[in-house]
Amino acid sequence: MALTLTGVQRSTARSLSAGEATGMLLYRNFLAYRRAWYIFATGFLEPLLYLFSIGVGVGALVGDFTFNGQTVPYAEFVAPGMLAASAMNGSVLDSTFNFFFKLKYNKLFDQMLATPLTTLDIARGELSWSLLRGGTYSAGFLLVMLAMGLVSSWWAVLVVPAALLIGAAFGAVCMALTTWMRSWQDFELVTLATLPMFLFSATFFPVSAYPGAVRWVVEATPLYRGVVLCRELTTGAVTWASAVSVVYLLVMVVVGLLLCRRRLDSLLLT
Amino acid sequence: MTLSEPGSMIHAADLRKSFGGFEAVRGIDVDVRPGEAFGFLGPNGAGKSSTMRMVAAVSPVSGGTLRILGMDPATDGPAIRARIGVCPQEDTLDTELTVWENLFVYGRYFGLPKAEVREKVEELLEFVQLTDKAKAMVDDLSGGMKRRLTIARSLVNSPELLLLDEPTTGLDPQARHVVWDRLFRLKQQGVTLVLTTHYMDEAEQLTDRLVVMDKGLIVAEGSPLALIAEHSTREVAELRFPVAAEGGTHEPLAESVADLAERVEVLPDRLLLYTHDGEETMAKVHERGLEPIATLVRRSTLEDVFLRLTGRTLVD
Repeated sequence: MALTLTGVQRSTARSLSAGEATGMLLYRNFLAYRRAWYIFATGFLEPLLYLFSIGVGVGALVGDFTFNGQTVPYAEFVAPGMLAASAMNGSVLDSTFNFFFKLKYNKLFDQMLATPLTTLDIARGELSWSLLRGGTYSAGFLLVMLAMGLVSSWWAVLVVPAALLIGAAFGAVCMALTTWMRSWQDFELVTLATLPMFLFSATFFPVSAYPGAVRWVVEATPLYRGVVLCRELTTGAVTWASAVSVVYLLVMVVVGLLLCRRRLDSLLLT
Repeated sequence: MTLSEPGSMIHAADLRKSFGGFEAVRGIDVDVRPGEAFGFLGPNGAGKSSTMRMVAAVSPVSGGTLRILGMDPATDGPAIRARIGVCPQEDTLDTELTVWENLFVYGRYFGLPKAEVREKVEELLEFVQLTDKAKAMVDDLSGGMKRRLTIARSLVNSPELLLLDEPTTGLDPQARHVVWDRLFRLKQQGVTLVLTTHYMDEAEQLTDRLVVMDKGLIVAEGSPLALIAEHSTREVAELRFPVAAEGGTHEPLAESVADLAERVEVLPDRLLLYTHDGEETMAKVHERGLEPIATLVRRSTLEDVFLRLTGRTLVD
């Protein structure tokens, strides 16, 4: 029996820095999802299918139209919208279903909290994971856009960080909201919120199609902010107004993360 | 015991825990010394698990003082958790990982270098006899294996203090004995063990000292033997009778032998005579013409103490 509890112990257990803790959570998730890599494929395929069906297929009927004073082919208009939507969808999946499973069923966070890890480490680490996932989708999608000639500006390089920001904003807020979920049925609410956003946040047609008041509502939704930000970047129409979207999304990240941490505290550290 | 003993692994004074209006722990004083095996006994709802969670630095203290390894859990939570091992009541294993990965990843949460954790994982798998199962997924393990894995996991950081919340509840006798054996070895290696249980044999086997909790308070404290001596008699003579008729009891029978024992307990099918010499008492019972359908003379156990202190009423 070689349990050397009294033997030579070279290192002692200690608390982790924020960066180390995030690294450990990413590593844990990497190990867990390594066996289910095909789940990743679907997240990447979905926006591509929309791009081909609506952007290219329907686009052939629509023809070119004017956006921000420049004439763009319809596919070039739709593609950044799909990019923003995929960043949202990838992140929402991880921060709702998967987060709920870890919180309520796998009791993953309970075991983590028995170690030096803290609730903030958990919130940060889980968010980083959904970012990594969303970011991979976005980068892949951008490459497809490039290959299809749907990118007309160097600003497009920034679309990956923009997609990460969208993912972080949705991820943080959804994690916080998921802490209130009681059962899987409650997740219908997620679909109820994301599907209309996906369809109507100026993803498939310009926001100018809406009458006054409705337009204001649409412009206030988080996905709309993400869609216009991505579109401004890929078409090169960046202005100071783009900063509004950035700040909007940043606020979502911070508020969501802090709220999530507080909720984890009150749920798990009772 | 309100003064902190120097070097206490756990020091609690007037420790309290409330959930809303309900007070689960109502002011307890406990000092656990290095290297001892300490037990919390009590029926369900006695406040054992609430106490354990506070000691594990995952549940804020509602009142009183608590020091773990000399540190305050309110301010030094991560530092405390780095040095203790926790085996929770329910296995919280990572079902998305293999047995090996469970231990490895957990070890990494403690900031230990990869190579060291790898070595440690091999040792621990051997220690809990799960080396063959290293690549199995957690869901494919039996209940006993899961429990052993949870215990192994709690040891990955070489803790000075190991907290075990009902370590063998739900295990079959074979598995229980394996767990006991491992815990005993740990104790011999100098690890301080703190466990909760409602199995009296477990408490007698494993603990040097224990407290009996009931309704959030400590109702007795001492070594298993001292508690038996203090709260029960050396022996118990059990007289079995047919179950009392509807509405009737064995009280009249009890009264007829009341003077033969220090205490007589009346159950629907039995009389328990708490006495110093069971055989002698039994002989006198027969002299009085009582004819029980079966008799048994046994030594008092911690269970007698436990039932005496916390009652026979079912607690949910």
